Amino acid sequence: MDRKEILNELKKVLVPYTEDKAMLDGITEQTDLIKDLKINSANLVDIIIDAESQYNIEIDFDAAEKMYNVGNCIDVIAEKINKTV
Amino acid sequence: MNNRVVITGLGVVAPNGTNVPDFLEAIQNGVSGIKQFPEYEELKFNCQVGGVPDFEWDLLRNYITETSLYGLKSKGIAYGIKAALDAWTDAGNEIVGEQPLWDSGCVFGSSVADTDVIKNAITRVDAHESKKLGSRVVEQIMNSGVTAYISGRLGLANKIINNSAACATGTQSIFMGYEYIKYGMAKRMLVGSCEFVDKYVFGGFDSMRVLSRKYNDEPERASRPMSASAGGFVPGSGAGALVLEDMEYALARGAKIYGEVLGGSTNSGGQRNGGSMTAPSSKGVVRCIQDAMADAGITPDAIDLVCGHLTATIADKMEIQNWVTALGRTGDDFPVVNSLKSMVGHSLSAAGSIETVAAVLQLKYNFAHPNLNLEDPMPEILDAIGENNLPTTKLDRQINTVAKANFGFGDVNACLILSKFN
Repeated sequence: MDRKEILNELKKVLVPYTEDKAMLDGITEQTDLIKDLKINSANLVDIIIDAESQYNIEIDFDAAEKMYNVGNCIDVIAEKINKTV
Repeated sequence: MNNRVVITGLGVVAPNGTNVPDFLEAIQNGVSGIKQFPEYEELKFNCQVGGVPDFEWDLLRNYITETSLYGLKSKGIAYGIKAALDAWTDAGNEIVGEQPLWDSGCVFGSSVADTDVIKNAITRVDAHESKKLGSRVVEQIMNSGVTAYISGRLGLANKIINNSAACATGTQSIFMGYEYIKYGMAKRMLVGSCEFVDKYVFGGFDSMRVLSRKYNDEPERASRPMSASAGGFVPGSGAGALVLEDMEYALARGAKIYGEVLGGSTNSGGQRNGGSMTAPSSKGVVRCIQDAMADAGITPDAIDLVCGHLTATIADKMEIQNWVTALGRTGDDFPVVNSLKSMVGHSLSAAGSIETVAAVLQLKYNFAHPNLNLEDPMPEILDAIGENNLPTTKLDRQINTVAKANFGFGDVNACLILSKFN
């Protein structure tokens, strides 16, 4: 799965957690989850849980801390997917 | 300080109506919201009927944000949000403002946090999957969940209090809000309570043998307050809410006014003199009602309607006797009495607020709603107050002052005196 495919999948994961669907449609790797998408910081754990089940991976504490913008999320997910493959 | 406190908004989610207009029509026409639940037979409950609001979950999209709704599982909180926000908008307020409302607070009651949410937490943790619980569990299993959702949505920033006093909860919430305004601590209080009786709470009461069990095949006949053939109460769920407001504040903004909270009281019999964990002490009850009248500055003859606690257990006759003692009125001289529980069952924490909404509607529209299933009043009740004060169909009559009381486990009492606004 390339970065673009992961981004498209990630969009689906983020849908329930942001009110700003227009912003979500136009996300790039630089989009910040909290500042740009206005996601409640407490919900980041829900996004991690959903991503774990979506990609069948495990995201540990250290990796989770890096997931504050879309690019970081893709980094973490891509790395974990490659490990499982 | 002694501010007058008026009622400017109402909201309700009840088994026989999930908004105020439907609820008003239901209580005028004696529509029962009690239904049979086949699941309860399977669970081997003695009581297999209950009152559950016909609640459209999707409607919540109009009340809270999509992100907040996603992950909301607690039915009690959901009922509370709808009733509270309906009351807020009914009072002519907007749902979202940018600034915190420092002069407006919330007292909302509940008794048991949603056990389905708790069960999910227990199941996950026991399966060693606590990391999958996510961020939305704690806010829904904390007892203050409902006040947190309501106050957050509206920006309420005065006292935000979740109270719990068993079946006296709702009435006590309203009384607390009234006191804060009366003594100048707040201008507006959104008050009420909610309850969702799921099978686990239901089972606890069923095991106490205090629930109706003889009318499982005729659910609408199962809730029979004051009836000689009553054999226990029918559990119900729902929420009720009121906006209470400083009279000057309400008048200044030209608010519509349903009525006035003239006074009230909440106390306990101390679990002495016959009072216990599960039974109210008559001394405590009588004192509570008399204190409420004193706080309201009225004499017993002013009361036109008693909206009782009256659950459909043998305690009903004792309750009527307590009212007789407290008011010093008997026979035909006694006020009209009714019990909303005959239509919606007993919704525990939510009972006091749903029933107070009903009391305010009877005050505003000048009627006493019928007592369903009162074909055979208890002889002791007939001896005390006669049958003329026990309407079984809607009674159209000028209602100026209502006494509303509820009594809860722990020997806790709460009584409100409501009147037309003059």
